[in-house]
Amino acid sequence: MTWIWSNLDLLWDRTLDHLVLSVPPIVLSFLIAVPLGWLANRYRAGRGVILTASGLLYAIPSLPLFFVIPAIAGTSLRSPLNLIIALTIYGVALMVRVVADGLASVDQDVRQSAVAVGYSGWSIFWQVELPLAGPVLLAGLRVVAVSTVSLATVGAVIGAQSLGSLFTDGFQRGIQAEIVAGIVLTVALALLLDGALVVLGRLLLPWTRLTTTSRRALRVAQPREVSA
Amino acid sequence: MNLFVDALNWILDPANYAGVGGIPARLVEHLVFTVVAVLLASLVAIPVGFLIGHTGRGRSLAVAVSGGLRAVPTLGLLTLVALWVGIGLGAPYVALTVLAIPPILAGAYAGFEAIDRSIIDSARSVGMSESQIVRTVEIPLGLPLLIAGIRSATLQVVATATLAAYVADFGLGRFLFAGLKTRDYAEMLGGSLLVILLALVLEGIFTLVQRLVVPRGVASGRPPVDRARSARPVPGMDPAITKGTH
Repeated sequence: MTWIWSNLDLLWDRTLDHLVLSVPPIVLSFLIAVPLGWLANRYRAGRGVILTASGLLYAIPSLPLFFVIPAIAGTSLRSPLNLIIALTIYGVALMVRVVADGLASVDQDVRQSAVAVGYSGWSIFWQVELPLAGPVLLAGLRVVAVSTVSLATVGAVIGAQSLGSLFTDGFQRGIQAEIVAGIVLTVALALLLDGALVVLGRLLLPWTRLTTTSRRALRVAQPREVSA
Repeated sequence: MNLFVDALNWILDPANYAGVGGIPARLVEHLVFTVVAVLLASLVAIPVGFLIGHTGRGRSLAVAVSGGLRAVPTLGLLTLVALWVGIGLGAPYVALTVLAIPPILAGAYAGFEAIDRSIIDSARSVGMSESQIVRTVEIPLGLPLLIAGIRSATLQVVATATLAAYVADFGLGRFLFAGLKTRDYAEMLGGSLLVILLALVLEGIFTLVQRLVVPRGVASGRPPVDRARSARPVPGMDPAITKGTH
């Protein structure tokens, strides 16, 4: 405990580093996954390709991915950008399936009614499908947020600073309190971002009551456990 | 692209195939470790998951525990256990077994839950005992989801075992950390590609197994109208079949 009190500054700095690493991937993966998921839902051929590709990407272990991305994107191994790209890839891989299933859960009758009263394809997406798929998307994004925060710690072993640095540093110097503080802060940060998304969802989706179909889609969309 | 050529050269270099630190030895270590950790986790998770799935009790606790574990960073768990039990294989085994339990547990009880209640009621009404229902109805029908759970647990263990090379001298992860120390990018990248390959091969094997374990008559041959009422869809099956039609 004394270690924690005398190193509050360090803990705060690492928490900020961690936020910088984990918030952009969460936002980016949502922005990228929505059009991809729409494509997967709209075109049968696209569905197979996009969902298989995202499944394979998701199977790639994170640490090796951190090493591969610099060779492809030319980023430096230790740069935050490298981790942000890798974490975004996982987020997208997870989110695409959720978006596709969420859009598919929108009742056909509702969609057809929208067509009947004169909505164009574009406005059906923005004003009917996206809002109705909202609760499913939110649930998916919450999983992305929690797993991104947890995965971001892995970057510490290659020297990218985050709350994970508390693990490597604590391990090398034999300070248990430092590791425990790191675990607690990581979980707390994950819960904080999760809570923020819930609040955001309440504001944007006042009709959060789940329908039977969206609940079914949610169950299918339940993403797999995250690999480290 | 030059970097990848270097990495391939590293992978193909015969010098990297000899001895305890060679690629085959590391690969075997990685695989054995993965299999043992997943087996240990299965020994705990499958019976408990079946019990939860059959009785319907303790589900919320299981969900809470596995949800909470998802947020726990694996590296933190690994380093903490390593400080407790010392450097060596003990820490990775403990940490990875713990991490592999939630997905298998979830697969086991979700498999039971996904079964149409009327099927189980029919089994009971024709006079099957509870243990017969579990053995001949619930386990075969729940198998695809259980395998899905074991699959995600396996992939997670393969990934985390790479990370575990940070606290123990074993597995393919050694190449990543050794290369990092000597700034040998070919070795880091080569080792990374090997781990990725291993993960993708395992993913492929599980996809195949998952298809094979679907009991005959369940996966196909039933009109979609039937499926729409009968069940929650099984992941991994053709969405056109599992999705409810309107």
